[in-house]
Amino acid sequence: MNSRLAAITLNTFREAVRDRVLYNLILFALLLVASAPLFGQISLGLEKLIIVNVGLSSISIFGIIIAIFIGIGLVSKEIEKRTLYTILSRPVRRWEFITGKYLGLLLTLVVNTAFMTVGFFVALLVVTRHFVGEDAGFLVAIYFIILQFFMVTAITLLFSSFSSPIFSAIFAFALFVIGTFSDDLRNFAAISQGMTRWLATGAAWVVPNFSSLNVILQVAHGEHIRGQLILFNTIYSLLYSAAAIALAVIIFERRNLK
Amino acid sequence: MSALEILGLSKSYAIGFWRKSPKVALQPLHLTVEEGEVFGFLGPNGAGKTTTLKMLMGIIFPSSGSARILGHDFHDPDIKKRIGFLPEQPYFYDYLSAPELLDYYAQLCGLSSDERRRKIPALLERVGLPGVGKTQLRKFSKGMLQRVGIAQAIIHDPSIVFLDEPMSGLDPLGRREIRELLQELKDQGTTVFFSTHILSDAEALCDRVAVIHKGELRGIGVVEDLQSKNVSKSEVVWQGSHALPAVTPLLSDIRVTGEIVRALVSVQDLDMLLEKLRQQRAQITSISPVHGTLEDYFLSHTSETETAKA
Repeated sequence: MNSRLAAITLNTFREAVRDRVLYNLILFALLLVASAPLFGQISLGLEKLIIVNVGLSSISIFGIIIAIFIGIGLVSKEIEKRTLYTILSRPVRRWEFITGKYLGLLLTLVVNTAFMTVGFFVALLVVTRHFVGEDAGFLVAIYFIILQFFMVTAITLLFSSFSSPIFSAIFAFALFVIGTFSDDLRNFAAISQGMTRWLATGAAWVVPNFSSLNVILQVAHGEHIRGQLILFNTIYSLLYSAAAIALAVIIFERRNLK
Repeated sequence: MSALEILGLSKSYAIGFWRKSPKVALQPLHLTVEEGEVFGFLGPNGAGKTTTLKMLMGIIFPSSGSARILGHDFHDPDIKKRIGFLPEQPYFYDYLSAPELLDYYAQLCGLSSDERRRKIPALLERVGLPGVGKTQLRKFSKGMLQRVGIAQAIIHDPSIVFLDEPMSGLDPLGRREIRELLQELKDQGTTVFFSTHILSDAEALCDRVAVIHKGELRGIGVVEDLQSKNVSKSEVVWQGSHALPAVTPLLSDIRVTGEIVRALVSVQDLDMLLEKLRQQRAQITSISPVHGTLEDYFLSHTSETETAKA
């Protein structure tokens, strides 16, 4: 990584930390650990299933919220506050700025998720008293959640490269919801006819496929996640994110920053 | 080699709902700044000064024309290693301290960690901010932020600095300090290009100035020349107040001390005044041309079109 890219990445991370974004994870960890014994009392025999579902879903939702709400301001805030002027008057390429901002937010999300993961496993230990081999599947689910963050952050950054923060948030969140149900969209395309089939198939290809990245229910029931799916999801997420970032760069390269 | 050559840069924006009517922010601008010069870019608010600087810095794109900075195309990212820029009313990452901010900008300019460690405390001292320590910029006054702004612009020892209204919002003391800093830069051989509408600053600092108004270059030249171009009146001193009633219509700013009269006369009326004074047998003591100020030049070049239109 070149030094300018590294500097922008670390500064973006530092901004998130100093804006106390990561404080939410302390709250999350404390709440989850503190409420763990309650799950045992309210759901006889199902406490592990519930805590896995609640814990992993919370990690995902917290991360998506952070990705969208910090992501929409990554570029627009720099333009609005004119901090970008002094950045672009340096030997910084516009693609370095966009990529650095993206990586900085990803770093924030990964650190956030790492802390939440520790909180989740502590809560799990409180409930189950010991770990078993299939609990490693939870790590795969968390890895897939991180891959979702890669894509959501890239999509948010893409929208914020040409749209206002509010619209960027709406577009990104809408695309996240549609992507979560992308399997249904594919099924609909398969049973449709004529023009509807074409449109539904096109939409199914364009929207991010978040449904294959959501394996929370499977791991909660102790199902094994195939290596092939891990490989496919990794390649897919990286390619999709790279395409979204490349598009954001192309738009930003042509933009007059008033 | 010129430090800056602006070769017909222009900028227009499409406005209106259908974006069909163009608004010209800057007409094709041609300008050359020599190395080591302090160049003032003067104009009232909305004249096109900031637009020009934003184009030179690659923040907005010109509609036509180009520019060369230190002999290189202004789009060349590498040339920016030799450029410093202070935007108008700068705002910096307020969650950082001054040393952290300078460290960040120095990294973006490619300075090594050794250089950064060595330079940052010395530079903070130089801009009058020693011992600011870990105080976040959100707690800084406007004057302090302006000094941080100057510091970030010169952290990498640039060959040319572009400053957009560097004195704006500063108190008289702050303005003097910034003026001294700019003078220091000039003494070191740094080319300084700064925009301002505070004419006394330009008068005190600049070798040459350009006046821009409504996106159009209205005049350019050496400050002393521009001032002497503006000789439109002479001060005449004579003895003999009895002559006054006969010449009063030709005069302005009349001051009488006993028998001695001082008054201003326009260059066109000077011969007639002298003739009348001789007829009245007044004793002429002195005649001296009154040099216009930069302000006179500025006002005459930013209002003539309006007067003509009226």
